[in-house]
Amino acid sequence: MNPTDTTHPDYYHRVVDCQWGCPAHTDVPEYIRLIAQQRYTDAYMLNRQSNVFPGILGRVCDRPCEPACRRGRVEDKPVAICRLKRVAADLKGELDGLLPKAPATGNGKRIACIGAGPSSLTVANDLAPLGYAVTIFEQNGVPGGLMRSNIPSFRLPQTVLDEEIGMILDMGVTLRTDSPIASLAELLAVGGYDAVFVGSGAPKGKELELPGRHDTDRIHIGITWLESVAFGHIGSIGERVLIIGVGNTAMDCCRTSLRLGARSVKVMARKPRGFFKASAWELEDAEEENVEIIVNHSPKSFVIEGGRLTGMLFEEMEYELEAGVIKRERVVGQIVIGCDDVILAIGQENAFTWIERDIGMKFDKWGQPILDPVTFQSTLPQVFFGGDAAQGPKNIIWAVEHGHQAALSIHNLCSGAAVSERPQRGVTLSSRKMGMHEWSYKNDYTMLERRLMPHVSLKERFKKLNIEVELGFTVQQAAQEAQRCLNCDIQTVFEAKLCIECDACIDICPVDCLTITHNGEEAELRARLRSPALEPTQLLFVSESLPQTGRVMVKDENLCVHCGLCAERCPTAAWDMQKSTIHWPQAADGGHSCRAPKLKTA
Amino acid sequence: MTFMAKPKITHPEMPRNVLGLTRRDYEGVNSTLCAGCGHDSITAAIVEACWMDAVRPQDVVKLSGIGCSSKTTAYFVSGGHGFNSVHGRMPSIATGASAANRNLTYIGVSGDGDTLSIGLGQFCHAIRRNLNMVYVIENNGVYGLTKGQFSASADIGSTAKKGEVNNQPPIDPVQLAITLGVSFVARSFSGDKAQLVPLLQAAMHHQGFSLIDVISPCVTFNDHEGSTRSYAYAREHYEEMVHTDFVPPAREIAVDYAPGETLAVSMHDGSRVLLRKVEAQYDATDRAVALQTIQQRLKHGEYLTGLLYIGSDQPELHALNGTPDRPLNQIPYASLNPGPQALAKTLATFR
Repeated sequence: MNPTDTTHPDYYHRVVDCQWGCPAHTDVPEYIRLIAQQRYTDAYMLNRQSNVFPGILGRVCDRPCEPACRRGRVEDKPVAICRLKRVAADLKGELDGLLPKAPATGNGKRIACIGAGPSSLTVANDLAPLGYAVTIFEQNGVPGGLMRSNIPSFRLPQTVLDEEIGMILDMGVTLRTDSPIASLAELLAVGGYDAVFVGSGAPKGKELELPGRHDTDRIHIGITWLESVAFGHIGSIGERVLIIGVGNTAMDCCRTSLRLGARSVKVMARKPRGFFKASAWELEDAEEENVEIIVNHSPKSFVIEGGRLTGMLFEEMEYELEAGVIKRERVVGQIVIGCDDVILAIGQENAFTWIERDIGMKFDKWGQPILDPVTFQSTLPQVFFGGDAAQGPKNIIWAVEHGHQAALSIHNLCSGAAVSERPQRGVTLSSRKMGMHEWSYKNDYTMLERRLMPHVSLKERFKKLNIEVELGFTVQQAAQEAQRCLNCDIQTVFEAKLCIECDACIDICPVDCLTITHNGEEAELRARLRSPALEPTQLLFVSESLPQTGRVMVKDENLCVHCGLCAERCPTAAWDMQKSTIHWPQAADGGHSCRAPKLKTA
Repeated sequence: MTFMAKPKITHPEMPRNVLGLTRRDYEGVNSTLCAGCGHDSITAAIVEACWMDAVRPQDVVKLSGIGCSSKTTAYFVSGGHGFNSVHGRMPSIATGASAANRNLTYIGVSGDGDTLSIGLGQFCHAIRRNLNMVYVIENNGVYGLTKGQFSASADIGSTAKKGEVNNQPPIDPVQLAITLGVSFVARSFSGDKAQLVPLLQAAMHHQGFSLIDVISPCVTFNDHEGSTRSYAYAREHYEEMVHTDFVPPAREIAVDYAPGETLAVSMHDGSRVLLRKVEAQYDATDRAVALQTIQQRLKHGEYLTGLLYIGSDQPELHALNGTPDRPLNQIPYASLNPGPQALAKTLATFR
């Protein structure tokens, strides 16, 4: 193998699995260290730089960082990254003077954002401080988009939403509520906007056209129903409720039903466990509330007796699995399950009825606008998309990243730079050595298990719709959980010419990730390391040839716990522990400054 | 050294030996030696050899004297027995322990000072008695613990860290041991575990005194230009004479060696040591050839390494003294102490 090019901006970034896994590339280990130092406000601000909504995401993020977390591979449970983010939001101090502000005089450019959800708010957050006049059009009376209408308040309190949306609006962003856009053509023609960002979400719940569907008013579409609950239009439900579908919306529907008077709530799944779309922790939370999840039942028809919904007919299914894939399925019976209400939570899609098809914007065969995957620019150069409107239903953190990238594109467009020209990504390294075996991070491995989130008791939580179930970590829990972070951003940086091949690093490495050996082809080399590197998605570091024998130092990044013992044991400082600060460009790096990338220094 | 202990966490797929133990189960406490010390690598090789050999930790006896090297017995097999003796007196303790319990695996770790200066007499007599033990010399040519004076193994012409030249001839423990009739002698290098680990395994299976002289650079006081025990010098001047593979009992010899090049030496327990000659004329079972070749090569400044001499027919301590087959703690008290009448009877024979 060729020596690894660690100057490539992605090499060390990929070692920080959580940050690489996060669509917005949040500097997770750094903010966890700030929490460990009880610098909650700093932790919050660092989060905000990349994910904009730490308080919201600290509760309801889909947390792609956690399955990526190295701790989950070394032990079995990842660091509770999401919960720690909430700690930063819960315990932060005054932010006055820390938040970005719009400059006294604007740059004269006007931007319209359609929909006041996370992606539009991110665009506003990035562009307002650069002098843009941003106007957000929202069809509802309050901003937040699906964060407000579809996530129940017992998971995400209104106050948290109001606070974090308020931070953006207070920059001088104009919000026009109750202002649905009926025609994009009209907005473009008469609005006089330099660019339009579409962040209108995927607001249409999928239908389930089965016999009896339209013979009763007790069948609800999940996201519409949740919205009606959120805005106070619906306040009760029947005693027996069936939820069709097992995604995260289904989990919100079943738990909301329990708070509106349902006594028996069943979530009906067509397939076995393991095929559920809901996040594991949302399933867990629903089951804790005694929601029954019934697998292998395929809906056939609604049972209507005397104009009243009395139940639903299901086919009982049997599946043959091979290596986790369904090979064959069979119907083994039929059953009617009684109910008073049915909620359909089987997915959602986009609805661009308000975009005229003759204004030059191209759509694909599924009715999705054709977008540049990097710039989020549509085929109409001044119109950009983001969030669920761009790629169908994903989650908030993706919407935020779309917003960042679209804002960068808009800044390029408005300042005369090519939209496709993206500022360079970068990485800055700085040593964490403080003295003999002293590092400016806590390198000892803490054998603590993942802290459990305390919940409001099952008795208390159903009394009102908006009692937040998760209490948040205590200061002590946060301090303990923070110690579980392996500090993957403190990189093991190797200087081949200093190595005397004494083997000290190899002998001390607790997870056997180092080998000095003769070089070879990657597949063959991976197999003959001290511990074979069998995880192909994890990088292999291969050094330059070592001075004394010409062999190479190989490091399997997969399980390194960043304890720094290699560097402590190294007599020649060939190993050093250096903090990698990843620079992921945002709007402020773009525009005319594109050609001279600004690297943040650590 | 490091200030914090090696984390308990391990690679989740860490292999286990037949006892179900991982390599980590054969480690000891945190090393307090200098970072990069060759001794730590030797410790790691001992850990590896004990793990591969699936020795029960409670059957290991670790013995040492005084010096940097002698600290290292604390760094491996923490489940074993240990005795840290007076300077240079480790062989006496080993002799006593071995006399009392012949069933344990005795691993002595000593340095060039502990063995070749203050302990030279003890060392010679342990060889003469053919004490059944592994005797590792962590040889760095310098008194590291007292800040870098030349030791008795320092080569003529080699320089100390500040430039002072050594003019006294070295004592070579390998040649000395061969002349004293040692039954197993090898030389190796801390930076070559591929060679050292099978040597240690073979030594643990050898019935009798097994000496392994390991060149082990002192990073702090003897890893400079002018030193003949530095990492760089050792790598340039060491030459593997006999490549050793250890084959445990009941395992087939898997590798095909061209006949005439390889010699399989059987050990008393059914294990075998395969000696692959790198040079055709070298015969590791011929004491005179071994001695002559080592001397010739040393003249050219080359360290010959590998298993340099093995003689499997020499009786070890217990055979020489006709001691009982069982350890003393397994012999009934009445047999060990037949009582005053028996004593009186025995005494009467001397009157």
